[in-house]
Amino acid sequence: MTSVEERTSVDSGNAGGLTFMQATWLVAEREIKAFLQMKGFWIGLATIVIGLFAASILPNVLGGGDTKVAVTSAEVAQTLEAGPFDVERTDDAAGAEELVRSEEVEAAVVPDTTGQSPTGVEVVALENPPSDLMASLGAPPPVNLLDPGDVGEGEKQLVIMVFALVFMMFAMGGTAIAQSAVTEKQTRVVEILVSTLPVKSLLAGKIVGHALLTIGQVVVLAIAAPIALQAGGNEELLQIILPALGWYVPFLILGFLLLSSMWAVAGSLVSRQEDLGSTMGLVMMLVFGPYMAVILLSDNETAMSVLSYVPFSAAIAMPVRLFIGDAQLWEPFLSLGLMVVMIVLITAAATRIYAGSVLQTGGKVKLSRAWSAASD
Amino acid sequence: MLKVNGVSRSFGDHRVLDSVSFDVKPGRMTGFLGANGAGKTTAMRIILGVLKADAGSVTWNGEPVTQAVRQRFGYMPEERGLYPKMKVAEQIQWFGRLHGMSAAKAAANTERLLEELDLHTRANDKLEALSLGNQQRAQIAASLVHDPALLILDEPFSGLDPIAVDTVLRVLRRRAAEGAPVLFSSHQLSVVEQLCDDLVIISGGDIKASGERDEIKERYGTPRYEIVVGSDAGWLRDVPGIKVTSVDGPRAVIEPASADGFRTGGQALDQRILQEAMRRGEVRAFTPVVPSLNEIFKEAI
Repeated sequence: MTSVEERTSVDSGNAGGLTFMQATWLVAEREIKAFLQMKGFWIGLATIVIGLFAASILPNVLGGGDTKVAVTSAEVAQTLEAGPFDVERTDDAAGAEELVRSEEVEAAVVPDTTGQSPTGVEVVALENPPSDLMASLGAPPPVNLLDPGDVGEGEKQLVIMVFALVFMMFAMGGTAIAQSAVTEKQTRVVEILVSTLPVKSLLAGKIVGHALLTIGQVVVLAIAAPIALQAGGNEELLQIILPALGWYVPFLILGFLLLSSMWAVAGSLVSRQEDLGSTMGLVMMLVFGPYMAVILLSDNETAMSVLSYVPFSAAIAMPVRLFIGDAQLWEPFLSLGLMVVMIVLITAAATRIYAGSVLQTGGKVKLSRAWSAASD
Repeated sequence: MLKVNGVSRSFGDHRVLDSVSFDVKPGRMTGFLGANGAGKTTAMRIILGVLKADAGSVTWNGEPVTQAVRQRFGYMPEERGLYPKMKVAEQIQWFGRLHGMSAAKAAANTERLLEELDLHTRANDKLEALSLGNQQRAQIAASLVHDPALLILDEPFSGLDPIAVDTVLRVLRRRAAEGAPVLFSSHQLSVVEQLCDDLVIISGGDIKASGERDEIKERYGTPRYEIVVGSDAGWLRDVPGIKVTSVDGPRAVIEPASADGFRTGGQALDQRILQEAMRRGEVRAFTPVVPSLNEIFKEAI
């Protein structure tokens, strides 16, 4: 008898068993492969990248063909009308300035007030002068910016929108974790998995797999965004946004990790895809709540400071504050640290609930029951 | 050898397993019999660590069953399921690796198994594209791919057509012949009857009988003889101490009237009847009737 048994164990050649890491990686690998095989994933990513380029380039192509310029002197008007400019004649410098302020024109060319202009004119613009205008005026004239500052209001709003939207898209991407968890329950494949692997590596594998997918997409976007800005001729904006973009990446990833174990729990509490909506509500609120809060309170400095430390909204609020230049250098580190602590706590609780609920089929599992069943 | 020692488990107030003990021996197919709700699935889940026992233990070759040990087991749960959107071969290979195999070995085993189970033409189809019967074969492949040291199958034949039953039987027999203990539950007694070497009969969370199939049959089945004589066998009705359960011309089936069986009193009753029959004329057959499992099952529980 023993010789037979020995032969069996030699045959199978896996007496040692998988380590936790190996098991986790196998689960992660499957999740990633399954996702990469989905058309929806590629369509989604392509849509974002195309949208990014479109947002950056299209304004130039459509509206930016002719730069609108207010001009006081007939001579300058003549020069400019030969180029790609839409010239509006005004009687005096005050009227031209008014047009610039109301954003009816992008810039105005008025008589020089500084006395340093080689050509006797100066350019008035809101935030920065159009580069094509500067180039066609020959020797660069002095520039009078009406609303200087690092970041214009329009750009600030744009960046807040983009940061918040991208965060929401990736955070909602966590629903894939919930779906994966409920699929395993619904098909009962979870029973084979649990008899083979530690439940912890099953959960960890899902989180790692989807986190890697998210990081991959973030990297694609982080590479595509500067290219898109450059292609659209928005070099100045690129200069401003680049450091903030660097901070945005770690915040986005930690923000995803913070929610990912909660998504898994949402999936493990129900036994059918159709019931998923009932458990995902809370997690969705943790995505939409911070999104709305940052959008609505972006002008309130105190509120933004608070939001930039609350782990769920920090992923948007802190990069925005960094972009505006409101935050000290140490602040993002503290905020990231708080997020890490929160991730550890939430993941530990989620692991217990997940272990207690993943084998309970039929209907929705109560959180309290899943918590106490974990010791079974 | 797998040993289940005094395992108990309750769900709330309901005691599903009450100090259950039995063995699953290497190289043998052990049939696990019981009505619905008798505790078969719970016992199997405890062996596989999917559920915890309230009391008792499970050992493999004398050692407690840990995660590392369990990884070498193969399990086919009663409620079947694999990943619907994954390709068949890719999926089975993944399960092989999940059980600790190298990718290359898992791929080789997958190919061999799919061939063996007549599923190789569907290797690159998604699981959900397969018929239910073929999904079932894929499920069996997934539980066998890692050359399991022990195989536990919950109702492996339910949902299979007769040809598939034969295919699966052949594959399981081969595994057993290679030395792996195989424990499978079923309520299709005829299948168990022709397949298993050992039997474990469970009812209401209690093991009613366990051991070699033939031994159990002998112990629990009512002993019967079929007798075929040259002329009419009707005279058997008048022999004291026996009951004639059926008679049809020269053919009759007899069993002892008392619970003590044929071997009561000085001379064995069956021998006396044979002698009497020979005295009366030709005896063409005198055969012990092997009781069906169905009968044993009813008697044991």
